[in-house]
This record gives sequence, structure tokens and C-alpha cells, in this order.
Amino acid sequence: MDLGQLIADPATRIVVCCGAGGVGKTTTSAALALAAAEAGRSVVVLTIDPARRLAQSLGLVELDNEPRRVDVPGIDGELHAMMLDMKRTFDDVVTAHSTPERAQQILDNPFYQALSSSFAGTQEYMAMEKLGQLRAADRWDLIIVDTPPSRSALDFLDAPNRMGRFLDGTMIRLLTAPSRTGFKFASAGLLFFSRIISKILGGQLLRDISAFVAALDTMFGGFRERATATFELLRRPGTWFVVVAAPEPDALREASYFVDRLSAEGMPLAGLVLNRTHPPATTALSATRAEGAAEEVAESGGDTAALTAAALRVHAERMQQAAREQHLADRFTSAHPEVAVRTVPAAAGDVHDVDGLRGMAEALTGADDDTPTGTPRTRVFPARRG
Amino acid sequence: MGGRGSFFYAGAVIPDLPSARLHVVTGKGGTGKTTVAAALALALAADGRSVLLVETEGRQGIAQLFDTPPLPYEERRVAVARGGGEVKALAIDVEEALLDYLDMFYNLRRAGRALRKMGAIDFATAIAPGLRDVLITGKIKEAVTRRRNGREVYDAVVVDAPPTGRITRFLGVTGEMSQLARSGPIKTQSDGVMAVLRSPQTAVHLVTILEDMPVQETADAIAELEKAGLPIGSVVVNMATEPVLPADALSRAAAGELSGADLSPALTAAGLPGGAALADALAAEVVEHARRWAAQDALRDQVAALGRPTVELPQLPGPMDLGCLFELADRLEDPLRTEVGRADRGVSIAARDERGAERPAGASGGPA
Repeated sequence: MDLGQLIADPATRIVVCCGAGGVGKTTTSAALALAAAEAGRSVVVLTIDPARRLAQSLGLVELDNEPRRVDVPGIDGELHAMMLDMKRTFDDVVTAHSTPERAQQILDNPFYQALSSSFAGTQEYMAMEKLGQLRAADRWDLIIVDTPPSRSALDFLDAPNRMGRFLDGTMIRLLTAPSRTGFKFASAGLLFFSRIISKILGGQLLRDISAFVAALDTMFGGFRERATATFELLRRPGTWFVVVAAPEPDALREASYFVDRLSAEGMPLAGLVLNRTHPPATTALSATRAEGAAEEVAESGGDTAALTAAALRVHAERMQQAAREQHLADRFTSAHPEVAVRTVPAAAGDVHDVDGLRGMAEALTGADDDTPTGTPRTRVFPARRG
Repeated sequence: MGGRGSFFYAGAVIPDLPSARLHVVTGKGGTGKTTVAAALALALAADGRSVLLVETEGRQGIAQLFDTPPLPYEERRVAVARGGGEVKALAIDVEEALLDYLDMFYNLRRAGRALRKMGAIDFATAIAPGLRDVLITGKIKEAVTRRRNGREVYDAVVVDAPPTGRITRFLGVTGEMSQLARSGPIKTQSDGVMAVLRSPQTAVHLVTILEDMPVQETADAIAELEKAGLPIGSVVVNMATEPVLPADALSRAAAGELSGADLSPALTAAGLPGGAALADALAAEVVEHARRWAAQDALRDQVAALGRPTVELPQLPGPMDLGCLFELADRLEDPLRTEVGRADRGVSIAARDERGAERPAGASGGPA
């Protein structure tokens, strides 16, 4: 996988970074955006939930839901960054497609307020919406998208449609407009259901939903079509997916699901970024030998014995950890031999400034075998010889 | 070094930890909150006590940890603790809980099953996401207050709760529901739940690891929970590691004042091949180790600054299994015991039991 070439290629217009929560999607997105801007492209990165310090270093302090230029000295291109405000994005959709009075009516509706701020799937839906808007604005030649921190990476693909189906669904319409539909279509069971719902939740909720659906009806062409349109954008040539995972069983399992799903959807996958790996600085000394040597050195006494023995133990641990990580990577590769892997070594602390992002960008886009340790960037641990 | 292992109380809402009966465990995704919840349940079950461990997100993470088949909507024993104590586990199924509820209030169990076939129950929980939370917390409250033969059925209930980003919403059910359902039995029910959640018998514990985002989210969640008047318990720093290096070498290495030359003589004396290159590589690994440790330590100080009782759990090697859970439970037991206050179980809660009428029927063994 050559991510450097991919993001520099003018034909690449959208890169989506996805994966399970907590694997470093946001930093990966930001690092790729920085690398692309350094390669001369005009980039916007849409982050969902960046760590505060990273957000600050990208200048994301004003929550105006619009991209802001990030001032990075010495880059050829342009870097813009924004943080998704899902409620505001939803409000903007409503306002843009409605008269001021009607928009206000919707914005004030309690059901709408719950929907736009707390429904499962709203964040994914609005991330898609914002991506569509950024693409339509055509101000940038590359958009890099971070995805919401849901438990399942698949939510990014599924939630918008699920939500569109729900909002456009038969049940919500029947339930909220029994008079319009008439008894002919509404089954006795449904009317019964409607009664129970109002019993449990109180009649006010149904009236709120009714008002909301009625206001929407006249407003714009359906939630489902909107979600589908953006979904189709992800299938167009020029869009690439990068799956991010940490070298842990759960994260890699999620990555596997997502890779299978992308292939089923016919969506192009650039490869897997295995983030926060721990490659040793040397593999010339095995864990077992390092442990043995640590004991020997400790027993020998001498000025630097304790320090050197500790250093050997640090190395032994590191070798074991790297071997575990490589083992997990190998298991992923045996299930998905066609997927290219790029490893990104863990930084000592969290990545929260432009320098940190630059280091990460180098690991993401640098040449495969140009590493200080000689272990290729596709691996955590060198392949066994012979 | 930061305030490791210190265990002290500060802040406005002070749950009496040893006598708290409802332990809600939350944390950012990936911090191991399910593991901590399970270990806490084992710790609380020591010495013959009975503890219920509740799963709220339908992930079957508890069954995986205890290596049992997927949990049904039924209280099942998953582990035996020291002195004949036991941990039962329950995976709350929202649909089943709603059916219980319909049955309880409207005698509608059979009709409820028909509604489920129509997908209507999915729909109901979808249009009112707060309904889900009310049903789950309602079931939890029922387990906490359930009595048989004049005493509580469970000495403690431990909840593997939704992640920090959602915890206040999950527990702050009245706020959420009063926006949607301004009247009706759901509203009354959630008021009863809040009475238990806001009482000192509840403690919300936050699990974090020593990384930026989880620590930041822990701080945010504490502020939110405090504002919502929910009692905060301890912060559990999970998967903590110990430095391999002696303290003085650690600070030198973190400052980058360590090189291969410091290691070369002893390496050569031990007859290791590789010479200067090996020494330099080892020094580089040591510096990285020390810097990682320093970064963690800075976060440890941030955790200490939260002013909450803090307990650290070590990163255990190898896959998580029952043996590991017991090891972690041991570490949690000390803080539970050494803290002030006696385990005056069952007194604080008795006064609230007159709300019994609101309880949804339990899936197994309802109130006597």
C-alpha cells in the first residue's frame, strides 16, 4: 500500500478513515491530511471527536461547524480542518430546505430536538451529510473523513440508511397520521399499538412526532434519498477507504468485518493501518537470550549492572510484545491476504501537535523498507529467516 | 511520581463506598470497563455475599469473560467467590423488559408478544431512545431493592454501564424522558429510579487508562455527573504498567541522557555479541520506555488532580480469564475494605422500599 502516492494523486478526492473506537482514526486522518497538504494538495479534514489538545493544535477552537485553515509553515498545499457539530449540521439542513417560520417550528419541536442530539445514528448520518456538503462545495481537491467513534465500524455505513428508513418508514407515518391513512390500511393491531405507545410515553410524544413528520413532508425529498445519495458518493471513483486498527484482537476483528463489508459493497479499500505497534529497535537479540543475559549481568555486579540488566529486560518485553502484535497481524493477513498492511509505531505519548502528526505521516507514507531498524513498514517484527 | 494507590475522598457527593449497594461502572470504550465491573463483582461477593452483575449493552461481554454460553434474560450464576459468595449475571434485554412492563401495568403480555412480531417494540424504543434507558435502569432498581424473607436478595448490584460519553444521559433518565414523555407511567417510573440513583447507596465508578482521551473523558464525565447530582465513586486506572528501570535511570533516560555507552561495558562483560550497535539499540528502547512512562505519569497526576479515590489495576499478561479476574478482584478488595465506614448493609435502602408497587416483574424471582 502506498498511501503517499494515493493522497498525492489528483484523482483521489475522498479518503475515509474507519475502524473501531479508540484506535487512532482521528490522528490518522489528520496525519494523512497534513501529508497531502505537504504534497501540494488543497485538503480539508473532517474530524468527529478529536482530543482537546489535538483540536487546539489544529486551531479547532471555534465550534462554527465550518472548515478553518490550519497555519502550517512550509507546506506547498493548503490544510483546512473542521470538527463535526451534529446538531448544528442537522439544524442547517432544516433551515436550508424550509421557510424561516417552518424551520423554526421544526427546530422547536421536542421530538426533533431529541432526534438531532441524542438518537443513535444521528452522528453517522450527519457525518455523511457534512461529507456530502463538503464535496458539493468543491473548494478542496481532497477531503479526508474521520468516522464517529461507534463500537462497530459498520455503523458508519449502516446508520444513515437505517435512520433514513426509520424516518421515512411506514410505521411512523401510519402511527402519526391515522386519519389521513384511514382505517382501510391501518390494521387493528397498529391502532392498538398506537394506543399503547401513547399510554407508555404519553400522548404528547405522538403529537410531537406528528407535527414533526407533517412539517418535514412539505420540506424536502425524504431522509432516505438523502442518505442514499451520500452513500453513493462513497462508491464513486476517487473515494478510498483506509481501515485503522490497533494490534488488539477486538480492533482487528472489527477491521475484518469492515473489510468484508467494503468488498461486498464494491467500495475500494486502500489498506489496513495497524496503529500503535511496538517494533523493537533491534531484533538481533531474542527475548529469551535477553532475559538470560539480564540475570547474568545483574549477578556480575559492577557500576552499570543494574541499569544494563533493566535495559535487557525492557528489550525482552519489547520483543515479546512485538511478536504478539505480529502474530495478530498475521492472523488478519491470512484471512485477508489481498489487504495491504502498514504499521505505525506508537509514539511515546499521545500525538497532539503538528510535529507529532508529521512523525505519524512519515510512518504512514514513507517508503516501505526505509526504516531505521530495517524492519519493513508492513510488519511489526521481521519475517523469520530461512 | 503521581498519587498512585492513594485512596481518599473529596468533592460534594460522597457515596459510602463499603456500604454502597449499586455500583455503576463506566469508562471510555477500550478501557476495559466490563473487566473492571466483573472484577468488582467478584470482590464484593467475597465472604459469602451475593452479587448481581448486570450487562446493559447486549454485547455478551460478561459471558465471554466468565467463559459461559451467552446469557439469557435471566439471573444466572457465573462464578463462586471466596466463602461461598456468588456472582450472578443478567444481560438485560430491552424488549423483554418492555414486555414485563406492559404485563405489570396493563396485563398485556400476550398482546406485547404480537407487537414484537410486528417490529413495533423496536420502533417504540427507536422513537424514544430514553425509553431504552428507563427500562434498563428500572430493571436495575428492581434488583437493588428486591427483598425476600425480610432482607435484600443482593448485597450489591454491579452494572457494566454504557461508556462515559453516554453515562449521564443513561443515568439521568428523568431529564431525558421528561422532554419526551411528560406524563404517564414511564415518567413516574423514572422518578423512582432517580431516587435510588441519587442516593448515597449508589456509586458511579469511572474506568480509565493512562492515555489522553480516556483521562479527558473521565474528567468531563465527572463534571457532568456532579452537575446531575449523581454520586461519584472511584476512578479505576486500568492496565497500568510498572517501570522496569530503577527510578534514577528512568528520569535520566526520559531526559534523553542515556546512550549506548552507558550499557556497552556490562554488555561486553557478559559476552553479548552486537557491540556498539546492540548497545545503541537497547539504549533507544530504554529511552522510549522511559518517555512512555513519563507521559503516563503526567496523566497519573491529572487523574490524582480529579480528587477522587483512585485505584490502579495492573496490566496482566496474556488473555483475560477467570484467574485474571480473581487477581484483579483481590486488588479491588483492599480499597473496598480499608475505607472508612462499616458495611451497614440493608439499612439505608429499607426506607425506600415502599415504592415496591412500581417495580416491573423480575424475570426470575420477583419480590416476595
